[in-house]
Amino acid sequence: MWCGGAIAQDALEHPDWQGKGFAPNVPDHPLREIISGLAFRTHETKAMQSDDFNNPGFLAVEEGAALWSKVDGAAGKSCASCHQEAVQSMKGVRASMPKWDEKQKKPVNLEQRINICRSENMKAEPWKFGSPELTAMTTYVGHQSRGTPVSVRTDGPMKPWFDRGRQLFYDRVGQLDMSCANCHEKNYGKFLRADFVSQGQTNGFPTYRLQTQRLVPLHERFQGCMFDVRADPYKPLSDEFLALELYIAWRGLGLPVETPAVRN
Amino acid sequence: MVVTRNRRQLLAIGAGAVGAVVIGTGLEVGFGRGVAWAAPNDTTDLVKKFTGGKEATAGPLKVVAPEIAENGNTVPLSVMIEGDLPAGRRVEEILVLADGNPRGGVARFTFSAEAVPEASTRIRLAETQNIVAVAKMSDGSFLTASRQVKVTIGGCGG
Amino acid sequence: MTNVKPRIRLDRKDIKKGDTIEVKALVSHTMESGQRKDKDGNTVPRKIINKFTCTMNQKTLFACDLEPAISANPYFHFKLKPQESGPLIFTWLDDDGTRIEATETITVS
Repeated sequence: MWCGGAIAQDALEHPDWQGKGFAPNVPDHPLREIISGLAFRTHETKAMQSDDFNNPGFLAVEEGAALWSKVDGAAGKSCASCHQEAVQSMKGVRASMPKWDEKQKKPVNLEQRINICRSENMKAEPWKFGSPELTAMTTYVGHQSRGTPVSVRTDGPMKPWFDRGRQLFYDRVGQLDMSCANCHEKNYGKFLRADFVSQGQTNGFPTYRLQTQRLVPLHERFQGCMFDVRADPYKPLSDEFLALELYIAWRGLGLPVETPAVRN
Repeated sequence: MVVTRNRRQLLAIGAGAVGAVVIGTGLEVGFGRGVAWAAPNDTTDLVKKFTGGKEATAGPLKVVAPEIAENGNTVPLSVMIEGDLPAGRRVEEILVLADGNPRGGVARFTFSAEAVPEASTRIRLAETQNIVAVAKMSDGSFLTASRQVKVTIGGCGG
Repeated sequence: MTNVKPRIRLDRKDIKKGDTIEVKALVSHTMESGQRKDKDGNTVPRKIINKFTCTMNQKTLFACDLEPAISANPYFHFKLKPQESGPLIFTWLDDDGTRIEATETITVS
């Protein structure tokens, strides 16, 4: 009778995330060690991510690869027309996003960058946020940075966006009156009901979630978190989420990109 | 919001105890001695239909699944034969059922003589429950095995 | 996700008789269970892959009947001991009658 319970308890008493991180190499970083969300997941989930065939996120990588060379829009171009082989031309791109865009006078993330290219260079309709096409292309381009350490710029014109992002991270919102930090800074490595809370790092996005059984872009996950604390979520690709994306990327400086990661 | 580990231990122990009762007595009675085993869904009927009412015995059939699923919507599952089967007998089919889903059916694997009686897939489990496997052997006999998987209510939109 | 090809991986394609080939197969599909409700409260009709087969020379080597309890993007891992060379044909059958097919040729000596 006690056997099943004892095993469960034992498994929970030895979370193996401990010691899987590294010390941040910038001063005044809020985390003592930076840990990928992968370290907080179960053996089975890690196994699913570790083999590119078992990882269902690769369905989107392959779809993105097909879209990469597909001509679309009035200019008669595909991504490959300008950028040739993504394996070379897109290497490292995801790791430094969001990035300042001189023309837009604001930082843009990977989804926005792809859509700017579509409307300005391909003369094609931008893809809707959350569409299978945009998520697949984001995953495909993001995947070319797998293993590259996250290295966003936060100085110069990015500074006010970084500060805004930090403020959003610590602001309590919603009926539950909680901030990102309540879970992902103060309580990572503990259970929130039955979920083992991570640091909320972004290096795996878009992420294949076991729950939704599809690729989830980062801003959709942000919305999910805000919904969970009974707040009115900001819109995907809004300035708020962009600032937050920048700030949280900084919290994970040095983490290797895992796109497409597998998470619960 | 963050639950202490003590409360979770209690919950886990509770679930384990319930599981032990079901596996320890329910299945044995249900399959072994023909007494009705009360699955919450149509699992019992599906087993009867598959075996034609014949007895399914415990044997080298094995169900492999995590003890605690990270999320019930994608649970890795394998069925296999562990050890040797008596000479001349091979597995023709393995029926997989989940006794706590709205409906019991999960999958039915068919193996030719040119396949190893072993398969893995990913399944949806609505709650903590037993995965039941029944193998149909080439001599008309049946093997059964089960495994409890705990499906917890997630904290973050789980 | 209409332009996605199924993903098939064989651990080897050239074997001796009696050897085992490990097969992994993954296809993009939402596996709509028929039990989910949309935001207006209407049940979303069931639409799943209900059958997966692996055949060679008209013989079924491995098959699976799927129920809505199989997760989206159905994944299979199984092992074959093929006795002859030829094309392995993988077929996924959708509730709506659509067939998805893929072929991998193996050599058995």
